[in-house]
Amino acid sequence: MQEHIVTSFDAELKDLSAKLGRMGGLAERQLSDSVLALSRQDEPLALATIRSDDAIDRLEMDVEESAIVLIAKRQPMAADLREIVTGIKIASDLERIGDLAKNIAKRVVAIRGEMQPKRIMTGVEHMSRLAMAQLHDVLDAFTRRDVEMALDVWNRDSEIDAMYNSIFRELLTYMMEDPRNISLCTHLLFAAKNVERIGDHSTNIAENVHFLVKGQLIGADRPKQDSTSFANVEPPMDDDD
Amino acid sequence: MMNDTRMEFQTMEQPMAAEQMRNDTLKMTARDVDVFYGAKQALFGVNLDINNNEVTALIGPSGCGKSTFLRCLNRMNDTIDIARIEGEIKLDDQDIYDRKIDVVELRARVGMVFQKPNPFPKSIYENVAYGPRIHGLARNRTELDDIVVTSLRKASLYEEVKDRLDEPGTGLSGGQQQRLCIARTIAVNPEVILMDEPCSALDPIATARIEELIDELRENFCIVIVTHSMQQAARVSQRTAFFHLGKLVEHGETQEIFTNPRDQRTHDYITGRFG
Repeated sequence: MQEHIVTSFDAELKDLSAKLGRMGGLAERQLSDSVLALSRQDEPLALATIRSDDAIDRLEMDVEESAIVLIAKRQPMAADLREIVTGIKIASDLERIGDLAKNIAKRVVAIRGEMQPKRIMTGVEHMSRLAMAQLHDVLDAFTRRDVEMALDVWNRDSEIDAMYNSIFRELLTYMMEDPRNISLCTHLLFAAKNVERIGDHSTNIAENVHFLVKGQLIGADRPKQDSTSFANVEPPMDDDD
Repeated sequence: MMNDTRMEFQTMEQPMAAEQMRNDTLKMTARDVDVFYGAKQALFGVNLDINNNEVTALIGPSGCGKSTFLRCLNRMNDTIDIARIEGEIKLDDQDIYDRKIDVVELRARVGMVFQKPNPFPKSIYENVAYGPRIHGLARNRTELDDIVVTSLRKASLYEEVKDRLDEPGTGLSGGQQQRLCIARTIAVNPEVILMDEPCSALDPIATARIEELIDELRENFCIVIVTHSMQQAARVSQRTAFFHLGKLVEHGETQEIFTNPRDQRTHDYITGRFG
Protein backbone atom coordinates (compact mmCIF):
# COMPACT_ATOMS: atom_id res chain seq x y z
CA MET A 1 0.00 0.00 0.00
CA GLN A 2 1.11 3.53 -0.72
CA GLU A 3 2.70 5.34 2.20
CA HIS A 4 1.05 8.14 4.14
CA ILE A 5 1.99 11.72 3.42
CA VAL A 6 2.80 11.99 7.13
CA THR A 7 5.60 9.46 7.45
CA SER A 8 5.46 9.27 11.25
CA PHE A 9 1.94 7.83 10.89
CA ASP A 10 3.41 4.93 8.91
CA ALA A 11 6.14 4.51 11.50
CA GLU A 12 3.57 4.31 14.29
CA LEU A 13 1.47 1.75 12.41
CA LYS A 14 4.57 -0.33 11.75
CA ASP A 15 5.45 -0.13 15.42
CA LEU A 16 1.97 -1.39 16.35
CA SER A 17 2.32 -4.23 13.89
CA ALA A 18 5.75 -5.13 15.28
CA LYS A 19 4.39 -5.28 18.83
CA LEU A 20 1.59 -7.60 17.70
CA GLY A 21 4.16 -9.76 15.95
CA ARG A 22 6.15 -10.02 19.18
CA MET A 23 2.98 -10.87 21.11
CA GLY A 24 2.10 -13.57 18.60
CA GLY A 25 5.56 -15.08 18.91
CA LEU A 26 5.35 -15.09 22.69
CA ALA A 27 1.86 -16.62 22.71
CA GLU A 28 3.00 -19.42 20.40
CA ARG A 29 5.98 -20.05 22.62
CA GLN A 30 3.81 -20.08 25.75
CA LEU A 31 1.46 -22.62 24.24
CA SER A 32 4.17 -24.97 22.97
CA ASP A 33 6.11 -24.75 26.25
CA SER A 34 3.07 -25.47 28.39
CA VAL A 35 2.08 -28.44 26.25
CA LEU A 36 5.66 -29.72 26.27
CA ALA A 37 5.80 -29.34 30.04
CA LEU A 38 2.53 -31.27 30.33
CA SER A 39 3.57 -34.20 28.18
CA ARG A 40 7.07 -34.43 29.71
CA GLN A 41 6.01 -33.61 33.24
CA ASP A 42 8.64 -30.90 33.16
CA GLU A 43 7.91 -28.84 36.25
CA PRO A 44 10.71 -26.28 35.87
CA LEU A 45 9.54 -25.55 32.32
CA ALA A 46 5.96 -25.23 33.57
CA LEU A 47 7.03 -22.74 36.24
CA ALA A 48 9.03 -20.74 33.71
CA THR A 49 6.00 -20.66 31.43
CA ILE A 50 3.80 -19.36 34.23
CA ARG A 51 6.29 -16.59 34.95
CA SER A 52 6.72 -15.49 31.36
CA ASP A 53 3.01 -14.76 30.88
CA ASP A 54 3.71 -11.30 32.33
CA ALA A 55 5.58 -10.30 29.20
CA ILE A 56 2.48 -10.87 27.04
CA ASP A 57 0.29 -8.93 29.47
CA ARG A 58 2.65 -5.97 29.35
CA LEU A 59 2.77 -6.05 25.56
CA GLU A 60 -1.01 -6.06 25.40
CA MET A 61 -1.19 -2.89 27.49
CA ASP A 62 1.49 -1.41 25.29
CA VAL A 63 -0.48 -2.23 22.13
CA GLU A 64 -3.64 -0.76 23.62
CA GLU A 65 -1.90 2.44 24.58
CA SER A 66 -0.27 2.88 21.17
CA ALA A 67 -3.61 2.19 19.48
CA ILE A 68 -5.44 4.79 21.57
CA VAL A 69 -2.75 7.39 20.93
CA LEU A 70 -2.92 6.61 17.21
CA ILE A 71 -6.69 7.09 17.13
CA ALA A 72 -6.50 10.33 19.09
CA LYS A 73 -3.65 11.74 17.07
CA ARG A 74 -4.38 10.59 13.52
CA GLN A 75 -8.15 10.09 13.34
CA PRO A 76 -7.57 7.09 11.12
CA MET A 77 -10.00 6.14 8.36
CA ALA A 78 -10.82 3.01 6.39
CA ALA A 79 -8.00 0.44 6.29
CA ASP A 80 -5.94 2.38 8.83
CA LEU A 81 -8.82 2.41 11.28
CA ARG A 82 -9.39 -1.32 10.76
CA GLU A 83 -5.69 -1.96 11.26
CA ILE A 84 -5.78 -0.27 14.65
CA VAL A 85 -9.11 -1.66 15.85
CA THR A 86 -8.27 -5.22 14.85
CA GLY A 87 -4.86 -4.68 16.44
CA ILE A 88 -6.52 -4.04 19.80
CA LYS A 89 -8.77 -7.07 19.40
CA ILE A 90 -6.02 -9.42 18.27
CA ALA A 91 -3.84 -8.26 21.17
CA SER A 92 -6.61 -9.16 23.59
CA ASP A 93 -7.02 -12.63 22.00
CA LEU A 94 -3.27 -13.21 22.24
CA GLU A 95 -3.27 -12.11 25.86
CA ARG A 96 -6.03 -14.61 26.60
CA ILE A 97 -4.10 -17.34 24.79
CA GLY A 98 -1.17 -16.54 27.07
CA ASP A 99 -3.43 -16.85 30.13
CA LEU A 100 -4.85 -20.17 28.97
CA ALA A 101 -1.36 -21.53 28.30
CA LYS A 102 -0.41 -20.42 31.80
CA ASN A 103 -3.39 -22.38 33.14
CA ILE A 104 -2.20 -25.49 31.31
CA ALA A 105 1.23 -25.03 32.88
CA LYS A 106 -0.38 -24.77 36.32
CA ARG A 107 -2.00 -28.19 35.78
CA VAL A 108 1.46 -29.66 35.29
CA VAL A 109 2.32 -28.60 38.85
CA ALA A 110 -1.04 -29.84 40.11
CA ILE A 111 -0.74 -33.37 38.74
CA ARG A 112 2.84 -33.79 39.94
CA GLY A 113 3.33 -37.27 41.41
CA GLU A 114 0.16 -38.69 39.89
CA MET A 115 0.48 -41.87 37.93
CA GLN A 116 0.26 -40.82 34.28
CA PRO A 117 -0.37 -43.65 31.86
CA LYS A 118 0.72 -42.63 28.34
CA ARG A 119 -2.56 -43.58 26.71
CA ILE A 120 -4.46 -41.12 28.92
CA MET A 121 -2.19 -38.25 27.86
CA THR A 122 -2.26 -38.92 24.11
CA GLY A 123 -5.55 -37.26 23.31
CA VAL A 124 -4.68 -33.94 24.95
CA GLU A 125 -1.27 -33.90 23.28
CA HIS A 126 -2.78 -34.51 19.89
CA MET A 127 -5.38 -31.81 20.40
CA SER A 128 -2.68 -29.37 21.51
CA ARG A 129 -0.72 -29.99 18.33
CA LEU A 130 -3.81 -29.04 16.32
CA ALA A 131 -4.28 -25.86 18.36
CA MET A 132 -0.62 -24.94 17.90
CA ALA A 133 -0.91 -25.40 14.14
CA GLN A 134 -4.04 -23.22 14.15
CA LEU A 135 -2.35 -20.45 16.11
CA HIS A 136 0.73 -20.61 13.93
CA ASP A 137 -1.31 -20.45 10.72
CA VAL A 138 -3.54 -17.62 11.86
CA LEU A 139 -0.56 -15.53 12.91
CA ASP A 140 0.95 -16.18 9.48
CA ALA A 141 -2.33 -15.17 7.87
CA PHE A 142 -2.28 -11.96 9.92
CA THR A 143 1.28 -11.11 8.98
CA ARG A 144 0.60 -11.76 5.30
CA ARG A 145 -2.90 -10.27 5.36
CA ASP A 146 -3.98 -13.56 3.76
CA VAL A 147 -7.77 -13.95 3.91
CA GLU A 148 -7.84 -17.43 2.35
CA MET A 149 -5.45 -18.72 4.96
CA ALA A 150 -7.47 -17.07 7.73
CA LEU A 151 -10.68 -18.64 6.42
CA ASP A 152 -8.95 -21.99 6.38
CA VAL A 153 -8.11 -21.63 10.08
CA TRP A 154 -11.64 -20.46 10.76
CA ASN A 155 -13.10 -23.57 9.14
CA ARG A 156 -10.71 -25.94 10.89
CA ASP A 157 -11.76 -24.93 14.41
CA SER A 158 -14.49 -27.57 14.31
CA GLU A 159 -11.76 -30.24 14.27
CA ILE A 160 -10.50 -29.06 17.63
CA ASP A 161 -14.03 -28.94 18.99
CA ALA A 162 -14.73 -32.46 17.75
CA MET A 163 -11.53 -33.69 19.31
CA TYR A 164 -12.41 -32.02 22.59
CA ASN A 165 -15.73 -33.86 22.61
CA SER A 166 -14.04 -37.19 22.10
CA ILE A 167 -11.40 -36.47 24.77
CA PHE A 168 -14.17 -35.51 27.17
CA ARG A 169 -15.85 -38.87 26.69
CA GLU A 170 -12.59 -40.77 26.69
CA LEU A 171 -11.47 -39.24 29.99
CA LEU A 172 -14.86 -40.00 31.55
CA THR A 173 -14.42 -43.66 30.67
CA TYR A 174 -10.96 -43.72 32.28
CA MET A 175 -12.43 -42.25 35.41
CA MET A 176 -15.14 -44.87 35.47
CA GLU A 177 -12.60 -47.62 34.86
CA ASP A 178 -10.50 -46.66 37.84
CA PRO A 179 -11.30 -43.96 40.44
CA ARG A 180 -7.55 -43.43 40.91
CA ASN A 181 -7.62 -41.72 37.48
CA ILE A 182 -10.14 -39.13 38.56
CA SER A 183 -7.71 -36.50 39.79
CA LEU A 184 -5.46 -36.73 36.74
CA CYS A 185 -8.32 -36.93 34.29
CA THR A 186 -10.08 -33.92 35.78
CA HIS A 187 -6.92 -31.85 35.46
CA LEU A 188 -6.44 -33.08 31.92
CA LEU A 189 -10.04 -32.23 31.15
CA PHE A 190 -9.42 -28.64 32.25
CA ALA A 191 -6.22 -28.57 30.21
CA ALA A 192 -8.15 -29.85 27.21
CA LYS A 193 -10.80 -27.16 27.74
CA ASN A 194 -8.04 -24.54 27.81
CA VAL A 195 -6.68 -25.86 24.53
CA GLU A 196 -10.16 -25.76 23.05
CA ARG A 197 -10.51 -22.11 24.15
CA ILE A 198 -7.17 -21.31 22.55
CA GLY A 199 -8.61 -22.69 19.33
CA ASP A 200 -11.55 -20.30 19.70
CA HIS A 201 -9.21 -17.35 20.14
CA SER A 202 -7.33 -18.34 16.99
CA THR A 203 -10.70 -18.35 15.24
CA ASN A 204 -11.37 -14.85 16.59
CA ILE A 205 -8.07 -13.71 15.16
CA ALA A 206 -8.99 -15.29 11.82
CA GLU A 207 -12.25 -13.30 11.84
CA ASN A 208 -10.30 -10.14 12.55
CA VAL A 209 -7.89 -10.81 9.71
CA HIS A 210 -10.90 -11.18 7.42
CA PHE A 211 -12.35 -7.87 8.63
CA LEU A 212 -8.99 -6.15 8.40
CA VAL A 213 -8.48 -7.11 4.77
CA LYS A 214 -12.05 -7.12 3.44
CA GLY A 215 -13.67 -4.48 5.61
CA GLN A 216 -16.52 -6.87 6.27
CA LEU A 217 -17.35 -9.34 8.98
CA ILE A 218 -17.40 -13.04 8.17
CA GLY A 219 -21.02 -13.68 7.35
CA ALA A 220 -21.82 -17.22 8.35
CA ASP A 221 -21.91 -18.53 11.89
CA ARG A 222 -18.71 -19.93 13.18
CA PRO A 223 -18.46 -23.71 12.82
CA LYS A 224 -18.95 -24.94 16.36
CA GLN A 225 -19.00 -28.51 17.51
CA ASP A 226 -18.30 -28.41 21.22
CA SER A 227 -21.33 -30.30 22.54
CA THR A 228 -19.86 -31.36 25.88
CA SER A 229 -22.16 -29.01 27.77
CA PHE A 230 -24.91 -31.45 26.86
CA ALA A 231 -22.88 -34.66 27.17
CA ASN A 232 -23.84 -37.35 29.59
CA VAL A 233 -22.27 -40.70 30.33
CA GLU A 234 -24.18 -43.58 31.89
CA PRO A 235 -22.48 -45.27 34.87
CA PRO A 236 -21.60 -48.98 34.30
CA MET A 237 -24.47 -51.30 35.28
CA ASP A 238 -23.98 -53.82 38.03
CA ASP A 239 -24.71 -57.28 36.71
CA ASP A 240 -25.28 -58.80 40.17
CA ASP A 241 -28.92 -57.98 40.68
CA MET B 1 -16.56 -11.39 -3.51
CA MET B 2 -18.47 -10.65 -0.33
CA ASN B 3 -18.88 -7.12 -1.58
CA ASP B 4 -20.57 -8.28 -4.77
CA THR B 5 -23.13 -10.47 -3.04
CA ARG B 6 -24.00 -7.71 -0.63
CA MET B 7 -24.62 -5.17 -3.39
CA GLU B 8 -26.62 -7.63 -5.38
CA PHE B 9 -28.70 -8.29 -2.30
CA GLN B 10 -29.33 -4.59 -1.79
CA THR B 11 -30.50 -3.94 -5.30
CA MET B 12 -32.59 -7.06 -5.61
CA GLU B 13 -34.49 -6.68 -2.38
CA GLN B 14 -37.96 -5.29 -3.10
CA PRO B 15 -37.06 -3.26 -6.18
CA MET B 16 -40.49 -1.59 -6.29
CA ALA B 17 -40.36 -0.26 -2.75
CA ALA B 18 -36.78 0.90 -3.15
CA GLU B 19 -37.62 2.74 -6.37
CA GLN B 20 -40.59 4.37 -4.73
CA MET B 21 -38.51 5.57 -1.81
CA ARG B 22 -35.89 6.93 -4.17
CA ASN B 23 -38.39 9.03 -6.06
CA ASP B 24 -39.86 10.38 -2.86
CA THR B 25 -36.58 11.58 -1.47
CA LEU B 26 -34.66 12.57 -4.58
CA LYS B 27 -34.15 16.36 -4.62
CA MET B 28 -31.54 17.13 -7.23
CA THR B 29 -30.02 15.07 -10.00
CA ALA B 30 -26.95 15.74 -12.12
CA ARG B 31 -26.54 13.86 -15.38
CA ASP B 32 -23.38 13.88 -17.50
CA VAL B 33 -22.33 17.28 -16.25
CA ASP B 34 -19.26 18.74 -17.97
CA VAL B 35 -17.93 22.16 -17.01
CA PHE B 36 -15.38 24.15 -18.98
CA TYR B 37 -13.51 27.26 -17.95
CA GLY B 38 -12.55 28.55 -21.39
CA ALA B 39 -10.70 25.68 -23.05
CA LYS B 40 -9.96 23.93 -19.79
CA GLN B 41 -12.39 21.21 -18.74
CA ALA B 42 -13.03 21.24 -14.98
CA LEU B 43 -15.71 18.54 -14.66
CA PHE B 44 -16.08 15.34 -16.65
CA GLY B 45 -19.45 13.63 -16.96
CA VAL B 46 -20.58 13.91 -13.34
CA ASN B 47 -23.67 11.90 -12.39
CA LEU B 48 -24.96 12.41 -8.89
CA ASP B 49 -28.28 12.00 -7.09
CA ILE B 50 -28.86 14.25 -4.09
CA ASN B 51 -31.51 13.21 -1.60
CA ASN B 52 -33.83 15.44 0.35
CA ASN B 53 -33.42 15.64 4.13
CA GLU B 54 -29.90 14.40 3.82
CA VAL B 55 -26.49 16.00 3.99
CA THR B 56 -24.36 15.17 0.99
CA ALA B 57 -20.66 15.91 1.46
CA LEU B 58 -18.40 16.61 -1.52
CA ILE B 59 -14.78 15.82 -0.76
CA GLY B 60 -11.56 15.68 -2.72
CA PRO B 61 -8.18 17.38 -3.05
CA SER B 62 -7.91 21.03 -4.08
CA GLY B 63 -8.81 21.60 -7.72
CA CYS B 64 -10.75 18.34 -8.00
CA GLY B 65 -13.94 20.11 -9.11
CA LYS B 66 -16.05 19.74 -5.98
CA SER B 67 -16.64 23.49 -5.56
CA THR B 68 -17.24 23.85 -9.29
CA PHE B 69 -19.90 21.18 -9.04
CA LEU B 70 -21.48 22.81 -5.99
CA ARG B 71 -21.66 26.11 -7.84
CA CYS B 72 -23.43 24.41 -10.75
CA LEU B 73 -26.30 23.50 -8.44
CA ASN B 74 -27.54 27.09 -8.16
CA ARG B 75 -25.93 28.45 -11.31
CA MET B 76 -23.28 30.45 -9.50
CA ASN B 77 -21.00 29.58 -12.39
CA ASP B 78 -23.16 31.85 -14.58
CA THR B 79 -21.32 34.73 -12.95
CA ILE B 80 -18.06 33.55 -14.49
CA ASP B 81 -17.94 34.64 -18.13
CA ILE B 82 -15.74 31.87 -19.45
CA ALA B 83 -17.58 29.10 -17.63
CA ARG B 84 -19.68 26.78 -19.79
CA ILE B 85 -21.75 23.86 -18.57
CA GLU B 86 -23.08 20.85 -20.47
CA GLY B 87 -25.34 18.04 -19.30
CA GLU B 88 -28.41 18.31 -17.17
CA ILE B 89 -29.10 19.35 -13.58
CA LYS B 90 -32.61 19.01 -12.22
CA LEU B 91 -34.22 20.40 -9.09
CA ASP B 92 -37.17 18.14 -8.43
CA ASP B 93 -38.11 17.53 -12.07
CA GLN B 94 -37.16 20.92 -13.39
CA ASP B 95 -34.05 21.53 -15.51
CA ILE B 96 -32.37 24.45 -13.72
CA TYR B 97 -30.50 25.45 -16.88
CA ASP B 98 -33.76 25.84 -18.78
CA ARG B 99 -34.08 29.28 -20.46
CA LYS B 100 -37.38 29.88 -18.69
CA ILE B 101 -35.80 29.61 -15.24
CA ASP B 102 -35.41 32.84 -13.31
CA VAL B 103 -31.94 32.61 -11.80
CA VAL B 104 -32.75 34.91 -8.89
CA GLU B 105 -35.70 32.73 -7.95
CA LEU B 106 -33.58 29.61 -8.38
CA ARG B 107 -31.00 30.97 -5.94
CA ALA B 108 -33.75 31.60 -3.42
CA ARG B 109 -34.74 27.94 -3.73
CA VAL B 110 -31.14 26.79 -3.70
CA GLY B 111 -29.36 28.98 -1.17
CA MET B 112 -25.66 29.19 -0.53
CA VAL B 113 -23.35 29.71 2.45
CA PHE B 114 -19.76 30.59 1.69
CA GLN B 115 -16.39 29.79 3.17
CA LYS B 116 -15.86 33.21 4.70
CA PRO B 117 -18.82 34.64 6.57
CA ASN B 118 -19.97 37.60 4.49
CA PRO B 119 -22.72 39.50 6.29
CA PHE B 120 -23.93 42.70 4.65
CA PRO B 121 -22.58 45.85 6.34
CA LYS B 122 -26.00 46.36 7.91
CA SER B 123 -27.74 45.46 11.14
CA ILE B 124 -28.27 41.86 12.20
CA TYR B 125 -32.00 42.34 11.56
CA GLU B 126 -31.47 43.76 8.09
CA ASN B 127 -29.11 40.95 7.13
CA VAL B 128 -31.91 38.46 7.63
CA ALA B 129 -34.78 40.70 6.48
CA TYR B 130 -33.17 41.66 3.18
CA GLY B 131 -33.98 38.46 1.28
CA PRO B 132 -37.62 38.07 2.37
CA ARG B 133 -38.19 41.76 1.58
CA ILE B 134 -36.90 41.66 -2.00
CA HIS B 135 -38.68 38.37 -2.64
CA GLY B 136 -41.89 39.81 -1.19
CA LEU B 137 -42.29 37.09 1.40
CA ALA B 138 -43.71 39.42 4.10
CA ARG B 139 -46.81 41.60 3.77
CA ASN B 140 -46.07 43.77 6.76
CA ARG B 141 -43.56 44.52 9.48
CA THR B 142 -44.99 41.91 11.88
CA GLU B 143 -44.61 39.14 9.33
CA LEU B 144 -41.09 40.29 8.56
CA ASP B 145 -40.24 40.32 12.28
CA ASP B 146 -41.57 36.79 12.48
CA ILE B 147 -39.43 35.58 9.61
CA VAL B 148 -36.32 37.23 11.08
CA VAL B 149 -36.84 35.72 14.53
CA THR B 150 -37.71 32.27 13.18
CA SER B 151 -34.73 32.26 10.87
CA LEU B 152 -32.37 33.35 13.64
CA ARG B 153 -33.84 30.64 15.87
CA LYS B 154 -33.40 27.97 13.19
CA ALA B 155 -29.81 29.09 12.81
CA SER B 156 -29.32 28.75 16.59
CA LEU B 157 -28.32 32.40 16.82
CA TYR B 158 -31.40 34.11 18.22
CA GLU B 159 -30.62 33.69 21.92
CA GLU B 160 -27.20 35.24 21.43
CA VAL B 161 -28.36 38.31 19.48
CA LYS B 162 -31.97 38.96 20.49
CA ASP B 163 -31.04 42.09 22.50
CA ARG B 164 -28.95 43.67 19.77
CA LEU B 165 -30.73 43.09 16.48
CA ASP B 166 -29.94 46.67 15.47
CA GLU B 167 -26.22 46.28 15.86
CA PRO B 168 -24.13 45.64 12.74
CA GLY B 169 -23.82 42.00 11.67
CA THR B 170 -20.14 42.54 11.05
CA GLY B 171 -19.63 43.07 14.78
CA LEU B 172 -20.39 39.44 15.61
CA SER B 173 -17.75 36.75 16.10
CA GLY B 174 -16.76 34.63 13.10
CA GLY B 175 -18.94 31.71 14.12
CA GLN B 176 -21.91 33.98 14.85
CA GLN B 177 -21.43 35.72 11.50
CA GLN B 178 -21.52 32.35 9.75
CA ARG B 179 -24.73 31.44 11.57
CA LEU B 180 -26.11 34.84 10.60
CA CYS B 181 -25.35 33.97 6.97
CA ILE B 182 -27.14 30.66 7.45
CA ALA B 183 -30.14 32.53 8.96
CA ARG B 184 -30.06 34.86 5.95
CA THR B 185 -30.12 31.85 3.63
CA ILE B 186 -32.94 30.15 5.53
CA ALA B 187 -35.04 33.37 5.60
CA VAL B 188 -36.08 33.06 1.96
CA ASN B 189 -37.41 29.53 2.50
CA PRO B 190 -34.97 27.58 0.35
CA GLU B 191 -35.31 23.89 -0.43
CA VAL B 192 -31.63 23.21 -0.82
CA ILE B 193 -28.73 24.78 1.07
CA LEU B 194 -25.27 24.67 -0.49
CA MET B 195 -22.33 25.17 1.84
CA ASP B 196 -18.85 25.80 0.54
CA GLU B 197 -16.43 24.97 3.36
CA PRO B 198 -18.61 26.77 5.89
CA CYS B 199 -16.31 26.07 8.84
CA SER B 200 -12.87 26.54 7.40
CA ALA B 201 -12.56 30.04 8.86
CA LEU B 202 -13.94 29.05 12.27
CA ASP B 203 -12.45 27.76 15.52
CA PRO B 204 -13.34 24.24 16.75
CA ILE B 205 -16.15 25.40 19.07
CA ALA B 206 -17.81 27.53 16.39
CA THR B 207 -17.32 24.62 13.99
CA ALA B 208 -19.07 22.25 16.40
CA ARG B 209 -22.00 24.68 16.63
CA ILE B 210 -22.33 24.84 12.85
CA GLU B 211 -22.13 21.05 12.59
CA GLU B 212 -24.84 20.70 15.20
CA LEU B 213 -26.89 23.22 13.24
CA ILE B 214 -26.38 21.34 9.97
CA ASP B 215 -27.69 18.21 11.61
CA GLU B 216 -30.81 20.06 12.78
CA LEU B 217 -31.38 21.74 9.42
CA ARG B 218 -31.32 18.39 7.66
CA GLU B 219 -34.83 17.75 8.93
CA ASN B 220 -36.25 20.51 6.74
CA PHE B 221 -33.74 21.00 3.97
CA CYS B 222 -31.57 19.20 1.50
CA ILE B 223 -27.95 20.13 2.25
CA VAL B 224 -24.85 19.83 0.09
CA ILE B 225 -21.57 20.67 1.74
CA VAL B 226 -18.06 20.98 0.36
CA THR B 227 -15.48 20.34 3.03
CA HIS B 228 -11.75 19.79 3.27
CA SER B 229 -12.12 18.12 6.61
CA MET B 230 -12.63 14.41 6.17
CA GLN B 231 -13.68 14.15 9.79
CA GLN B 232 -16.31 16.79 9.24
CA ALA B 233 -17.67 14.96 6.21
CA ALA B 234 -17.76 11.76 8.23
CA ARG B 235 -19.54 13.50 11.09
CA VAL B 236 -22.20 15.58 9.36
CA SER B 237 -23.11 13.81 6.15
CA GLN B 238 -25.20 10.79 5.26
CA ARG B 239 -23.75 10.51 1.77
CA THR B 240 -20.33 11.37 0.51
CA ALA B 241 -19.08 11.96 -3.01
CA PHE B 242 -15.36 11.85 -3.72
CA PHE B 243 -14.08 13.96 -6.62
CA HIS B 244 -10.66 13.65 -8.22
CA LEU B 245 -9.29 15.44 -11.29
CA GLY B 246 -12.75 16.64 -12.29
CA LYS B 247 -14.37 13.22 -12.08
CA LEU B 248 -16.75 11.80 -9.54
CA VAL B 249 -14.77 8.78 -8.41
CA GLU B 250 -17.05 7.29 -5.79
CA HIS B 251 -20.37 8.12 -4.21
CA GLY B 252 -22.17 6.30 -1.46
CA GLU B 253 -23.21 6.13 2.14
CA THR B 254 -20.79 8.09 4.28
CA GLN B 255 -20.22 5.23 6.66
CA GLU B 256 -19.28 2.97 3.78
CA ILE B 257 -16.98 5.54 2.16
CA PHE B 258 -15.02 6.17 5.34
CA THR B 259 -14.77 2.61 6.59
CA ASN B 260 -14.56 0.58 3.44
CA PRO B 261 -14.28 2.61 0.23
CA ARG B 262 -14.42 0.64 -3.00
CA ASP B 263 -12.04 2.75 -5.06
CA GLN B 264 -8.32 2.76 -4.29
CA ARG B 265 -8.12 6.52 -5.01
CA THR B 266 -10.82 7.23 -2.44
CA HIS B 267 -9.02 5.04 0.04
CA ASP B 268 -5.67 6.72 -0.53
CA TYR B 269 -7.23 10.17 -0.19
CA ILE B 270 -9.22 9.63 2.98
CA THR B 271 -6.38 7.83 4.72
CA GLY B 272 -3.92 10.59 3.87
CA ARG B 273 -1.89 8.73 1.27
CA PHE B 274 -2.46 10.94 -1.74
CA GLY B 275 0.88 11.74 -3.32
